[in-house]
Amino acid sequence: MKHLLMATAATALMATGAMADGHTGDVKIGIILGFTGPLESITPAMGAGAEMAIAEVNEAGTLLDGASVEGIRADSTCIDAAAATAAAERLVTSDGVHGIMGADCSGVTGAILQNVARPNGVVMVSPSATSPGLSTADDDGLFFRTAPSDARQGVVMTEVLIDRGITEVALTYTNNDYGKGLADAFQAAYEEAGGTVTINAAHEDGKADYSAEVAALASAGGEVLVVAGYTDQGGKGIIQASLDSGAFDTFVLPDGMVGQQLVDDIGADLNGSFGQFPGTDSEGAELFLGLAEAAGFDGTGAFSPESYDAAALLMLAMEAAGSNASADYAGHLMDVANAPGTEIFPGELAKAIELLKAGEEINYVGATAVELIGPGESAGNYREIEIQDGAIETVRFR
Amino acid sequence: MDALNALVAFANFVFIPGLAYGAQLAMGALGVTLIYGILRFSNFAHGDTMAFGTMVTILLTWGLQSLGISFGPLPTALLALPFAIGITGLFLLGTDRVIYKFYRAQKVKPVILVIVAMGVMFVYNGIVRFIIGPDDIGFRDGVSRLISPREFKEWSGLAEGLGLRTTTVITLVTAFIAMALLFWFLNKTRTGKSMRAFSDNEDLALLSGINPERVVMVTWMIVAALATTAGVLYGLDKSFKAFTYFQLLLPIFAAAIVGGLGSPQGAIAGGFVIAFSEVTVTYAWKKVYNYLVPEAWETTSLLQLLSTDYKFAVSFGILIIVLLFKPTGIFKGQSV
Repeated sequence: MKHLLMATAATALMATGAMADGHTGDVKIGIILGFTGPLESITPAMGAGAEMAIAEVNEAGTLLDGASVEGIRADSTCIDAAAATAAAERLVTSDGVHGIMGADCSGVTGAILQNVARPNGVVMVSPSATSPGLSTADDDGLFFRTAPSDARQGVVMTEVLIDRGITEVALTYTNNDYGKGLADAFQAAYEEAGGTVTINAAHEDGKADYSAEVAALASAGGEVLVVAGYTDQGGKGIIQASLDSGAFDTFVLPDGMVGQQLVDDIGADLNGSFGQFPGTDSEGAELFLGLAEAAGFDGTGAFSPESYDAAALLMLAMEAAGSNASADYAGHLMDVANAPGTEIFPGELAKAIELLKAGEEINYVGATAVELIGPGESAGNYREIEIQDGAIETVRFR
Repeated sequence: MDALNALVAFANFVFIPGLAYGAQLAMGALGVTLIYGILRFSNFAHGDTMAFGTMVTILLTWGLQSLGISFGPLPTALLALPFAIGITGLFLLGTDRVIYKFYRAQKVKPVILVIVAMGVMFVYNGIVRFIIGPDDIGFRDGVSRLISPREFKEWSGLAEGLGLRTTTVITLVTAFIAMALLFWFLNKTRTGKSMRAFSDNEDLALLSGINPERVVMVTWMIVAALATTAGVLYGLDKSFKAFTYFQLLLPIFAAAIVGGLGSPQGAIAGGFVIAFSEVTVTYAWKKVYNYLVPEAWETTSLLQLLSTDYKFAVSFGILIIVLLFKPTGIFKGQSV
């Protein structure tokens, strides 16, 4: 009897707790990014992007009948899955967040999704995880991303090459989830389009000498060399060694390799190389840059607009569902992101909330022309670039 | 014409890189072998000594550059090199005074000195990272290429280009001068002869009045010169990063052991054996082969024995074979 009484009391206590949680009216969003680690140079602008969306909604003060939104930062470290899981666990259990904006790197994002988000039933929107593996991961409908899968980039890169009439390439990738995923996706798409990949070889980052790797690539041959690596790591070493030995003159540069630093370091020899990275000519991008400047951070930072969109989508989906519980609003994310409905650009979140309250549909365009496809990932818009006279010039958008 | 193409491809991708890498390894192995021969222990801190010397060179180079001093078409680092050798020498002597001297006085077994050297390695490692950071640092300036592959192709009309970098030539010339000086010093000067005597038989050398502390001091100075030069050449040719210098320890030791520990000639031979094995075993021979054989025999396979990921495995493979069949190495050094 005593036990039953205690159990009842405990249940009542927990139920009221849960009720209180659901009705406090406040919304908490976890912002989990690699504030330390390999991405620490770009994550401040990403965090600022998400927080700008939150500030915008708070200023309007109309979300869910006057709820105020709080962004809580946590460190994903980008590479340490255990540390990222612990940080996310803390966000969910201790801070009680209603949604997670993050994580950034593909590896830790997958870990948080499986170890924290799914067991606790919390929605996650990643602004920058691009591994194709996340498209097919079990997510209980909780995982979305405003960055496109690298499988999409493989297709775009194929189009860029085929349009230029190049049908034989050598391919090297940095030996990690990102490099391998992109290389495999590209090879599959390129061979389907009739191209030939003469060699698909990995390189390790952080070595001093890449002449042996380049020798193997040169021996296999190819009109151009596709370098799926990083600008300040092995990717740069491979290009330098290729130019020194005359193995390749022209390079194809995917998103990890597009950076002014690389162009400055290599110099005139890089002229004529080309590539692509996520980008859009939608007017949302311009609007976002203006807002970022007013808010005092660098809106051109990689994945900063995606972060703004990720946070905005979370809040708009909550408004559409009329609830901040993940189970309620997870199903509404795709609706607010896609047509039909009134187009919503950065700075118009208050208007979007009004429209949703009036029962109308919205089509969130945001800073990156968001269009969620398949398992809830961005369809992806790419900027095709070419290096001309030591500058990165935009050729067109794809 | 096809045979010429094959020759150029071979020179460009195998011979020239192998030669430069071999010279860098040989310089490193000479330092290891001298310490083993004279001080009688395996100096595991050698890779980090190279890193320290290179770091000092880089700092001095930056200083010179900020003063507007340059070396014309040659890298400024070569100007800074003599001063860096001096500083590194003082640093090594300081280490010897504080650490090794204590153990030498106690006449400890070599294996204990090896462990001590490992401790020194970790400390050096930390010092270098603390001062200059763990990142990649390029400090090459001046003219970067003597022959550009693109120009070579236009000039010769061949399908294959041949590139020759300034740093490759500097490496070979500097290494040759350093080795010649070393052999002259060891064979012709009084101090050099006393060092060899000390190495051959310590007791006899002491009886004939050789001052052991002087031999030790001169050895450390020579090691500082060799290590700093080797490190700077490697850094100029490739790039400087504390971690890659630590990793260099493996092929350097392999080179010293293959050549015969304690034998300077062996260290040089070992350096080139290791370098050329690494390059030839991991090279994809498809291009060279296809140039040489009639069209009907051409292949689409890469003809690569081992993927480049296994580069370090090659030096260890050779090391194991040498230790199994000829433990004293090619030049009959002291048994390991």
